Amino acid sequence: MRNKGTKYGIILLLLILALTGANLLFGSVNIPAEAVWHILTGNEVEKASWSFIVWESRLPQAITALLCGMALASSGLMLQTTFNNPLADPSILGISSGASLGVALVMLAGAGTITAGVFTLSGFLSVIIGAFIGSMLVMGIILFFSTLIKNSIMLLIIGIMIGYITSSAISLLNFFATAEGVHSYMIWGMGNFGRVSLQQLPFFSLVAAAGLLITILLIKPLNALLLGTRYAENLGINIRRTRNLLLLATGLLTAVTTAFCGPISFIGLAVPHIARLMLGTSNHNSLLPVTMLTGGAIALLCNFICILPGEAGIIPLNAVTPVIGAPIIIYVIVNQRKIQYFN
Amino acid sequence: MEKQAVITATDLCIGYRTHKGEKKVHEHLSFRLYPGELTSLLGANGAGKSTLLRTLSASQPSLAGELQLLGKPLQQYSEKERSRTIGVVLTDKTQAGGLTVYELVALGRQPHTGFFGRLHSKDRLIIKEALEAVGIAHKAKSYTAELSDGERQKVMIAKALVQECPLIILDEPTAFLDVVSRIEIMTLLHRLAVEQNKAILLSTHDIEQALVLSDKLWLLSKETGLQCGGTEDMILNHRMDTLFSHSNIRFDYDHGIYYPTVNGKQKITVEATDETLLHWTINALNRHGYTCLPSEKKNRNMPHLLALSPDKLTLIREGETQTYPSFESLLAQFN
Repeated sequence: MRNKGTKYGIILLLLILALTGANLLFGSVNIPAEAVWHILTGNEVEKASWSFIVWESRLPQAITALLCGMALASSGLMLQTTFNNPLADPSILGISSGASLGVALVMLAGAGTITAGVFTLSGFLSVIIGAFIGSMLVMGIILFFSTLIKNSIMLLIIGIMIGYITSSAISLLNFFATAEGVHSYMIWGMGNFGRVSLQQLPFFSLVAAAGLLITILLIKPLNALLLGTRYAENLGINIRRTRNLLLLATGLLTAVTTAFCGPISFIGLAVPHIARLMLGTSNHNSLLPVTMLTGGAIALLCNFICILPGEAGIIPLNAVTPVIGAPIIIYVIVNQRKIQYFN
Repeated sequence: MEKQAVITATDLCIGYRTHKGEKKVHEHLSFRLYPGELTSLLGANGAGKSTLLRTLSASQPSLAGELQLLGKPLQQYSEKERSRTIGVVLTDKTQAGGLTVYELVALGRQPHTGFFGRLHSKDRLIIKEALEAVGIAHKAKSYTAELSDGERQKVMIAKALVQECPLIILDEPTAFLDVVSRIEIMTLLHRLAVEQNKAILLSTHDIEQALVLSDKLWLLSKETGLQCGGTEDMILNHRMDTLFSHSNIRFDYDHGIYYPTVNGKQKITVEATDETLLHWTINALNRHGYTCLPSEKKNRNMPHLLALSPDKLTLIREGETQTYPSFESLLAQFN
């Protein structure tokens, strides 16, 4: 098992490297490959604007995509294990919409002090905090219901209901907001990895890394949770503390990605399945790292597809992720009898 | 030498704490659980078996009284200590289908391993031994999803074994299993109790197997509370009658199983050439509304059945004598 994990780990790392390269080479402006190389190695190139584009736009975008993919995929995996449901993920359980509501409150009720793309640092911090509070709130509500309701399908439906409630709250906010606010909120909702500037990148990376670190520390209890909470408790796992840490990690990861890049669907849902199908195990020792790397690779791939039109513009991210994610989920559901981890 | 009890309960009250107050399920329970013995907890649905097991495995607190585990109050145990002292096997559904048998059993080492749960050679040895002890070593690399229910139960028992606990509590380990697996699991548990000197407590509805393989019986009912004792002592002191307070069933002390109460209005005297034949003849007649009397009570007003062999059943009724070649043809006469 360990060998298989290592093997896929190496393949994925190479894939991530290649996709990062592709993301740096392509874009709305045509920059020759050697020029990109020169820019990255710190040499002068003929056009100063090229250097600016690579450093200020393409590189942050690639790093953001990588981290967002890792964050969303590991959130999805944690939720699937915690709620004992292979169809759980931040967007289905309403955690993303909680984050969206937080963002909407800041963007729309804040009456256009923040416009999409150009965040001031304070405005930007308030967006993050709004998203964080929103996602933690929904996660808390779901965890509360999970103590009352044992049936995981019912719990998913509760998540969907919470999603609806937050959506109607967002609609209401949109109704009362300024046209400008509505516009920037709508653009934000399409999803885009390109909204983290080079200045914001350290902060973004730090928060994402913190969330990912907590996730890695939870590998042992996550494995125990595969047996259900009562077995896990008997194995010496402090359920309350573990749940709080899971809440913190998923809340943090979902909030930071949603605040910066908009609510991104399907990466959290589909990537853990891709990783399980590749590895053939639910053991988090190898599943979690491979899920993270696969998430990063898929997000880079999605971003690459988004920027493919080149000069014609950027495809909204949320137009791409379902096309990649939904077929995987359908495949998994259709073949669930043959797939061990479903049984 | 007297064995030291693993669990000692004195005046224990079990039940639930709700926001409306306490809901007591049983009170004034006093009992001991010993190592090297298989103890079966029997009782009707709703008698409080699960509540008792949950209290003993510290999944829920007791309401009053004293509960000592190896001479120390249970509530003083830390989570870690507890996980090394009590191993449980539950009826809960798991999502461990994507783990191999080996990986699942290895989870039982979690109370002993470090922060990331890395297994050392000692852990691997213990896992290997447990897999062999429950007889599942040949499936170590299979996915748990591919196992039969009986095999899965063995895996969970192996998981409890590698926890290296002196006490193992199992909640209905033989539910949903076929008779072969039921006997296999009960035999395995008894062997583990004796060979590894563990205190094993299980709840079950499978009274037949429990009477055959348990060293101690715990009978739990709403009316009489908890009665504990050696299996044969409990049976021969007619304690089994108190287990189900239902007038329609009775315990057959010869065969160790519960039967529906016979209240046939018609009477018949029965005679047979051997015990087995007599038993099944009476069984057939009871089902058809007859109360069977021994042949000494034979008289003219009552029919008499003489079973010479399964294909020679002679019925004497109202002066007429007729011989039937099978129970099927005999019983057709009664309809």
